[in-house]
Amino acid sequence: MIHSLFLINSSGDIFLEKHWKSVVSRSVCDYFFEAQERATEAENVPPVIPTPHHYLLSVYRHKIFFVAVIQTEVPPLFVIEFLHRVVDTFQDYFGVCSEPVIKDNVVVVYEVLEEMLDNGFPLATESNILKELIKPPTILRTVVNTITGSTNVGDQLPTGQLSVVPWRRTGVKYTNNEAYFDVVEEIDAIIDKSGSTITAEIQGVIDACVKLTGMPDLTLSFMNPRLLDDVSFHPCVRFKRWESERILSFIPPDGNFRLLSYHVSAQNLVAIPVYVKHNISFRDSSSLGRFEITVGPKQTMGKTIEGVIVTSQMPKGVLNMSLSPSQGTHTFDPVTKMLSWDVGKINPQKLPSLKGTVSLQAGASRPDENPTINLQFKIQQLAISGLKVNRLDMYGEKYKPFKGIKYMTKAGKFQVRT
Amino acid sequence: MSAAPAYSEDKGGSAGPGEAEYGHDPASGGIFSSDYKRHDDLKEMLDTNKDSLKLEAMKRIVAMIARGKNASDLFPAVVKNVACKNIEVKKLVYVYLVRYAEEQQDLALLSISTFQRGLKDPNQLIRASALRVLSSIRVPIIVPIMMLAIKEAASDMSPYVRKTAAHAIPKLYSLDSDQKDQLIEVIEKLLADKTTLVAGSVVMAFEEVCPERIDLIHKNYRKLCNLLIDVEEWGQVVIISMLTRYARTQFLSPTQNESLLEENPEKAFYGSEDDEAKGPGSEEAAAAALPTRKPYVMDPDHRLLLRNTKPLLQSRSAAVVMAVAQLYFHLAPKAEVGVIAKALVRLLRSHSEVQYVVLQNVATMSIKRRGMFEPYLKSFYIRSTDPTQIKILKLEVLTNLANETNIPTVLREFQTYIRSMDKDFVAATIQAIGRCATNIGRVRDTCLNGLVQLLSNRDELVVAESVVVIKKLLQMQPAQHGEIIKHLAKLTDNIQVPMARASILWLIGEYCEHVPRIAPDVLRKMAKSFTAEEDIVKLQVINLAAKLYLTNSKQTKLLTQYVLSLAKYDQNYDIRDRARFTRQLIVPSEQGGALSRHAKKLFLAPKPAPVLESSFKDRDHFQLGSLSHLLNAKATGYQELPDWPEEAPDPSVRNVEEEDLSLIETHVGLLGEYTKVPEWTKCSNREKRKEKEKPFYSDSEGESGPTESADSDPESESESDSKSSSESGSGESSSESDNEDQDEDEEKGRSSESEQSEEEGEKKKMKKRKKVPEGQREGSSSDEGSDSSSSSSESEMTSDTEEEQVEPASWRKKTPPSGKSAPAPKEISLLDLEDFTPPSVQPVSPPMVVSTSLAADLEGLTLTDSPLVPSLLSPVSGAGRQELLHRVAGEGLAVDYTFSRQPFSGDPHMVSVHIHFSNSSDTPIKGLHVGTPKLPAGISIQEFPEIESLSPGESTTAIMGINFCDSTQAANFQLCTQTRQFYVSIQPPVGELMAPVFMSENEFKKEQGKLTGMNEITEKLTLPDASRSDHVVVQKVTATANLGRVPCGTSDEYRFAGRTLTSGSLVLLTLDARPTGAAQLTVNSEKMVIGTMLVKDVVQALTQ
Repeated sequence: MIHSLFLINSSGDIFLEKHWKSVVSRSVCDYFFEAQERATEAENVPPVIPTPHHYLLSVYRHKIFFVAVIQTEVPPLFVIEFLHRVVDTFQDYFGVCSEPVIKDNVVVVYEVLEEMLDNGFPLATESNILKELIKPPTILRTVVNTITGSTNVGDQLPTGQLSVVPWRRTGVKYTNNEAYFDVVEEIDAIIDKSGSTITAEIQGVIDACVKLTGMPDLTLSFMNPRLLDDVSFHPCVRFKRWESERILSFIPPDGNFRLLSYHVSAQNLVAIPVYVKHNISFRDSSSLGRFEITVGPKQTMGKTIEGVIVTSQMPKGVLNMSLSPSQGTHTFDPVTKMLSWDVGKINPQKLPSLKGTVSLQAGASRPDENPTINLQFKIQQLAISGLKVNRLDMYGEKYKPFKGIKYMTKAGKFQVRT
Repeated sequence: MSAAPAYSEDKGGSAGPGEAEYGHDPASGGIFSSDYKRHDDLKEMLDTNKDSLKLEAMKRIVAMIARGKNASDLFPAVVKNVACKNIEVKKLVYVYLVRYAEEQQDLALLSISTFQRGLKDPNQLIRASALRVLSSIRVPIIVPIMMLAIKEAASDMSPYVRKTAAHAIPKLYSLDSDQKDQLIEVIEKLLADKTTLVAGSVVMAFEEVCPERIDLIHKNYRKLCNLLIDVEEWGQVVIISMLTRYARTQFLSPTQNESLLEENPEKAFYGSEDDEAKGPGSEEAAAAALPTRKPYVMDPDHRLLLRNTKPLLQSRSAAVVMAVAQLYFHLAPKAEVGVIAKALVRLLRSHSEVQYVVLQNVATMSIKRRGMFEPYLKSFYIRSTDPTQIKILKLEVLTNLANETNIPTVLREFQTYIRSMDKDFVAATIQAIGRCATNIGRVRDTCLNGLVQLLSNRDELVVAESVVVIKKLLQMQPAQHGEIIKHLAKLTDNIQVPMARASILWLIGEYCEHVPRIAPDVLRKMAKSFTAEEDIVKLQVINLAAKLYLTNSKQTKLLTQYVLSLAKYDQNYDIRDRARFTRQLIVPSEQGGALSRHAKKLFLAPKPAPVLESSFKDRDHFQLGSLSHLLNAKATGYQELPDWPEEAPDPSVRNVEEEDLSLIETHVGLLGEYTKVPEWTKCSNREKRKEKEKPFYSDSEGESGPTESADSDPESESESDSKSSSESGSGESSSESDNEDQDEDEEKGRSSESEQSEEEGEKKKMKKRKKVPEGQREGSSSDEGSDSSSSSSESEMTSDTEEEQVEPASWRKKTPPSGKSAPAPKEISLLDLEDFTPPSVQPVSPPMVVSTSLAADLEGLTLTDSPLVPSLLSPVSGAGRQELLHRVAGEGLAVDYTFSRQPFSGDPHMVSVHIHFSNSSDTPIKGLHVGTPKLPAGISIQEFPEIESLSPGESTTAIMGINFCDSTQAANFQLCTQTRQFYVSIQPPVGELMAPVFMSENEFKKEQGKLTGMNEITEKLTLPDASRSDHVVVQKVTATANLGRVPCGTSDEYRFAGRTLTSGSLVLLTLDARPTGAAQLTVNSEKMVIGTMLVKDVVQALTQ
């Protein structure tokens, strides 16, 4: 299926190649570079590029192109999903997935890639299994390895692949047994000029960090499971149990994983926690424009809104902006025309605002489009949909685990059109 | 390669030569010598004995490979290390080998023997990895070796090795396609495999080697459907897309007879629950119904596929969701396709590459099934942060979804898009507006007005695009739009985009009678600038001139001639040709008169309005979700999605006879009754099984309380069914509820006991339970002394021989849900009364100890020792029931074992152990099997076939064989369920390590004569009064050791003989009992240890 993989950085260097079948010359990437040139921005490079003998499927993450070479018909999502899984694995292994990190750990990367595919068909993609096969490098281990000459390759043969719960490694031991769940909800919204909501949706995920000894069997139940409209599960969740009882019952993988992602049914009107008042105008006559933004809280259920960041892509005609914020810091990049205002916390008594003038290119006509405002924010201890975890129980092990659940609401793709 | 210093491996190496490498690339040539030197250094490191140096060298080599540098000249040095002990070195050598073996075939052969040795390793993981590397070395010479290895691995005991074999098949095929026939055989064999581990890989191999051999799938179709949910994600994708193709060839189109469709799928759905029960009958009925075509009934197998794939829409993997979506799109009846929309919309939240692919597919689907995505219209609204390619695809979907009702919102949305900064996107929006206008007549005027407004936009691209679209729209109703055409005519002065200019000219020419005053003027202007125009504009100028000449020759004659003359000398031959052609047509001359009479008809014929369609129309002839669909071109290796057949092929090909499946044999009781349960009916598919096992499952569900009661599934119905019938106290279901009750009682007994044992101390996990009930102490001798005494958890179960015989029968009774044993009405009342009393006593049949000795006596008469005899002779199931796993430790799974003393069918050296499982939890236990055993040397285990599921309250028995290698070492292994693993161990009493042999007194004496001296162990003992009778002695000895009695002349001498199972050494036991009670026990055996232990055990048994 997948013939080869090339890792290409943003300046167009191939800095890693791996072949699972016969070697494919790296000149095949020329087609990719062509397409990259045609697409002005990295994200516009088509994910599938046909060449005379091969097909190039690529994903772009962390400023690296992961280009897979295939030769025959294969569902494109199969390859794309796999490439994303590769990136996730690297991230899991090294904390970050960037060019220098991959170069520093090139041997581990190579070993991991070797295990992930056999003849181009995925073999072991579960992070738990991979970590049993090849231990992720830590500072401590690197030091120990240099002294003792031991290796990163697991000295035990992994049994995880053979077990009926392939996502969990065996023989897990912790002194502190703990299970943390983060319910993170994101609001995707488009707000139009007048402040009315065009579309708003809530998407949520439950990320878990489970460090429990042995083979615990967990159940997680909700107070109001009916809120969940569409769900997708980690393979460990017993689907039938969910179908019949709306209870999540699962044997967790060890470590961090995404248990569930969900969509809140559209009937529930979404409470939009912030509003943006804006007044952006360019005048035909002068080369100056007015710019004013105020951000305020709306339906926050008594919680404070934190980490507010306002970004906006200004039209090409904008030369510079002279703005003064009432709080926080702002930057304007005259090259990319990106305005970014780091607001911080919103104090309802004193609403943050950003005011000033926009200087336009002299002689150029007034831009006929107004910029869109993108908003990021965070609200701690609140799941905006009202979803609540009822209880978490553990079976199968005798100890008492420490359990924790955290709620958070974030802005997803939150846009205000002006 | 300025990045080279970033590699820590380079820095880490011994300094000198490593440094020299910086800054030059071998590809740049010229510096080859220094490169060579560095490799010398690596070679040296590889040749040392130090693993750390080797590892360092290998790391550097792998780093070179990763950067795409050539390291092939190190091949001989590297290959030597293939047998290195250090695992990491070994792995890196494998990486190297796989990369370069193809280039250095002869040297690669040196490594083959290592892998061949690995293929024979007892560890399954080593076998698998050896096969993996062996098959990855692309050296044609070893094809026969690979073939052999694959064939062997395909019948390996370990599913993991079989999976690797499946992976190796396409590798071999790509190396040598002549092996196809043999490989197909292997594939066929592996397709029959019923483990989820293998399923995905073998289907992958099938798709690569022989996708046309659809006939191989028939027998495995249902199994694959049922396994699907438990296969890993990547396998699921492959299986689903293969099954889509399969279903297209085997079933009828569900969309025929639309009208009948509404109710029939439902019927088929509920009907299919019992079609396994009805078996071929229902299918024949379906088959009979098919030729008549009316009414359409969905094949139950078709339904099975749809039903089993549906839960996978909830998968976290986008690829799986897409695979199911395409399956539904291609196979499901129209009414059901809708379910996929929600899942596909969910994927739009994912990475942009995923969005790209999903949107392509949604675009195709939304043309065919618009209604499906209409509720999700807003999810396709475009954000300014989306990449352009995503924006354009979303626009495509929005346009496809627009209809009479939602068009106002869609248009309002488009309006904001037009003001976007992304001009490509704006152009696409204008196109989209044009398409909406043509598709929805009501909004045509609105759209047109909007587009005309755009003509005053400052961006030329926007204007040009609008002109092109307006032209298309005007063509539909030109009469009313004279004004717009005039407006456009004015634009010719400003617009520079050739396509837009050409469009305006064409419009004016076409509708010159609507603008009779302006048209000649436009031509005048164009004639002026003719030479500077682009080619397409020039062509349109000629066109305009010709049309005006025909309608208004008075004003334009000269202009036209001027234009034509200019065109005649144009650089472009196309334009010259056109000019010549036009001149001949319109200007009457001597020869061309005939044609010019029709010139008007030719030029001014009414032209049909263009149809603006989606570029995604008709893409659905490619299988959705495929690469070919995405590219809209056939990719290599694409398998056409066949059309539905006219007549359904015979559905019975998918019927599987029970013999064909590997069965779970539950060999219970001494009568040798086998309950055969076809594997796939107990399949792991959660949904399905629930339906199927309803009869006994639902009862326990009822018990488990309110958890399930809210469920409105059909099963609540059947639950009440079974209840009502149990009340009536007749029929099968009543007997079944009896069993339930019995179970319950037993459970109480057990739980009370477990409480007791918990008091005794937490640390006892599975063995070492010192608790011998009084009765048992009386009746039997526990063989291993008191500390690991038999601890049958049911107190009613004494180790009396005959009771043992009864016991399995009662187990047997519980195993099948609807046991045929006639229900005793008396029992019902009894048990009902005893609901809260301690465990009921099992019916005890009168002891028949006689049989043992009788048989022994009769033995002299039998001439043959047919396999029947041993079972008659030693009906004693070893030392009672031993606990393997307590139900508390096992979370409701209680496991006991007995030594059945029957020859193990697979291997005569193995002790056959009956393992009894009972599930006292309230959830079904799935996938019971033996995990990786950790065995002392020599001991081996023949695992029992995996028990797919054990419902609450159910019990079952499995047989496994253990070769203890004539030692009493415990066999430790893991008992795995789907969710848990338990470490258990079985330690055999010495008496179980032998099997009885039959010999005459003379033979016995002869053999005994050979085994004297060291081999003879004698012990004096005093028999207690209770055990002085013949029967008791014989019974006690045979209970302790699995020996056969040898007839004996003297009345107070007892002789027994047997052979150890593994080595087959004779074990002779003589008991010389005086009437006084004094007795002498003699054991003669080559195996002194066994002899000693046996003496000890027997003495203990007899003196108790």
